[in-house]
Amino acid sequence: MKKIKTPQDLENLRRSLREGHDLNKLCVAICGGTGCRAYACEKVIDAFKEEIRKQKLDAKVDLRTTGCHGFCERGPLVVVHPKRIFYQHVEPDDVAEIVSETVVKNNVIDRLLYRDPGTGKKIKYEDEIPFYRKQKRLIFGNNGKIDPTSISDYILLGGYSSLSKVLFSMSPEEVIEEITEAGLRGRGGGGFPTGRKWYYCRKVPGDVKYVVCNADEGDPGAYMDRSLLEGNPHSVLEGMIIGAYAIGAEEGYIYVRNEYPLAVNNIKAALKQAAEYGFLRENILNSGFNFTIQINRGGGAFVCGESTALMASLEGKVGEPRAKHIHTVESGLWERPTDLNNVETWANVPLIIAKGADWYSKIGTEESKGTKIFSLVGKIENTGLVEVPMGITLKEIIYGIGGGIPQGKKFKAVQTGGPSGGCVPEKLIDLPVDFEELTRVGSMMGSGGMIVMDEDTCMVDVAKYFLSFLQDESCGKCTSCREGIKRMLQILTRITQGKGGEGDIELLEELSEVVAGTSLCALGGTAVNPVLSTIRYFRDEYEAHIKDKKCPAKVCKDLITYSIDREKCKGCLVCKKLCPEQAIEGERKEPHHIDQAKCIKCGLCLDSCKFGAIIVS
Amino acid sequence: MNLATVDEILDRCKRKKSALIGILQDIQAEYNYLPKEALLRVRESLNIPLTQIYGIASFYKSFSLRPRGKYIVNVCLGTACHVRGAVRILEEVERDLGIKSGQTTKDSNFTLETVNCLGACALGPLMVVNEQYYGKMTPGKAKKALRNYRGQNK
Repeated sequence: MKKIKTPQDLENLRRSLREGHDLNKLCVAICGGTGCRAYACEKVIDAFKEEIRKQKLDAKVDLRTTGCHGFCERGPLVVVHPKRIFYQHVEPDDVAEIVSETVVKNNVIDRLLYRDPGTGKKIKYEDEIPFYRKQKRLIFGNNGKIDPTSISDYILLGGYSSLSKVLFSMSPEEVIEEITEAGLRGRGGGGFPTGRKWYYCRKVPGDVKYVVCNADEGDPGAYMDRSLLEGNPHSVLEGMIIGAYAIGAEEGYIYVRNEYPLAVNNIKAALKQAAEYGFLRENILNSGFNFTIQINRGGGAFVCGESTALMASLEGKVGEPRAKHIHTVESGLWERPTDLNNVETWANVPLIIAKGADWYSKIGTEESKGTKIFSLVGKIENTGLVEVPMGITLKEIIYGIGGGIPQGKKFKAVQTGGPSGGCVPEKLIDLPVDFEELTRVGSMMGSGGMIVMDEDTCMVDVAKYFLSFLQDESCGKCTSCREGIKRMLQILTRITQGKGGEGDIELLEELSEVVAGTSLCALGGTAVNPVLSTIRYFRDEYEAHIKDKKCPAKVCKDLITYSIDREKCKGCLVCKKLCPEQAIEGERKEPHHIDQAKCIKCGLCLDSCKFGAIIVS
Repeated sequence: MNLATVDEILDRCKRKKSALIGILQDIQAEYNYLPKEALLRVRESLNIPLTQIYGIASFYKSFSLRPRGKYIVNVCLGTACHVRGAVRILEEVERDLGIKSGQTTKDSNFTLETVNCLGACALGPLMVVNEQYYGKMTPGKAKKALRNYRGQNK
């Protein structure tokens, strides 16, 4: 590829790509995100390659492996363009039929269609499925349309036109003004206004400045950043290059989790292409602006999502945060002015430049503009990534898009903001979701994880889970975080074992105040949120554990017993054979019995019984 | 122990001190853990104290200072997996393999680890053995899945 040297060259290239691109051409798009790969979608991709070759359709049909489409619950996903016929749970054995029937004859295969659980009707087209229809996919929508390893696909959809626009028609100050006007706020959790961050970083004197992309997505249950890097890496790069131009930086870093191999690969490939095309390195598009990006893989430490810890890790050190009396925009990486933004924030930048601050700021609420990608997971019918305008209600996300709770169970709470966030109870389901509202109810936006919980989830256990996570991940620098979390976890463990006592809840609240008030970074500062929010909304559950020695959700092992319903038990011996402790007694065709002294409450019998005869009480 | 590979890794990273984490990652990818001899070579080459290397290797979760098994069994303990019963999967795998999380079986066949989230939440609870994903696990299914790997070793 010859380097692109002028904005006109870029537009010429785009035009020629468009001319060569037949919008009506058949294309089979297969989701190749990590979620679908876990369903072994690669076998489906291979089967399509083989079948298309076998039926000699190479010239007529394009095959495209795309990034994550978001509807992970239904993977592997296949969409047949141009009509956008949507097939779910596709197996390699279905491929020959899809090619012969749908691709060649335009017939829809009923068995592979999505069935709306609400109406019971089958839905043919991707855009008509409620999961997609109710979203506003500005940032995430292109994932399904492009091959992430092809820069041409990105350019075809308008890619790098925002970069060309800022380099040749906007001053750095004007770019910052535009981002500020748009009202973009950090998508990594803090929600700090991006434009203001850029402004400070530009204003600080210094010859060498850095921009950093925080892709150390550590919140369990959140994977939108990975899916953006995997599925549309150039949008993140373009955002970073624009940011670097605005701030006056010539070097950038992407700090990405090592647990995300596909994202690392795709971003590496994108960097190489972007450099070949002249969007990176020296004299970008002949504008005189230079910028390079390096990738660093994280070592698996949650605290490295914190900006100062991340920068320490980039320098090859232990990832311990430092006090931020001097902000990183003044003295960050290698003690130089450094601007750090999250993946999703960067991906918003080209869109704002292309469409303008006026357009962008009309989306969302008064204080929170644009859209947000949430990962909707846990006890939810439609697990997946959803992009919605700020201000949409929790109800619309959980029921409208997410399809509600599986198996007719009752919705109990939704946990947002990862280990720094809190649990929002069922009674607040009409809450509009934005930065302010979530904070007001004791949780936070965080990076956008939404873990749905039903009646079978014990809220004390959830609080214990997060504290146990944070105990492992605390870097240990601040005593209050290192020791305080440990003590709080001890108390919670005691409560879940039925050994809690009068005053334990108050003690937890008191310790929370100390841990939150005296830790340096946000890990310690917000670690108590899962505990405080569950006490605030589910105090009765804590009291049931402490006073009645009962776990209402039947989760805490020390407070439950397994027994067998003699009426329902058929004496099939399945559970008896499986029981690791030989705690189940009984002969064939006679009701079995559990010896409570031997039972370790592993639940193997419960899972294996086909007759629903195992009672948990 | 042949340290030529370690030297190659050091060369590739231009023997920069700031590249220490990346160097250790590449060494671990090569040997499946961080052998002491390799760390001594890194110390020599980068001229940094071994305590600093040990600090990094013990701080970041992805590093192991002990040899790991042929099969790495990873049980996801992300929040989505947790609310769907991941702890019971972990307990069953621990019982079945006779080791706790972080340990390796005596025959060096299995190492059991946990991960905070693999981002394949639709499949939760999730267990991964080397590259193979096992989704929607129950304790019984996990036990059965592990049998596949025992068989291969006999």
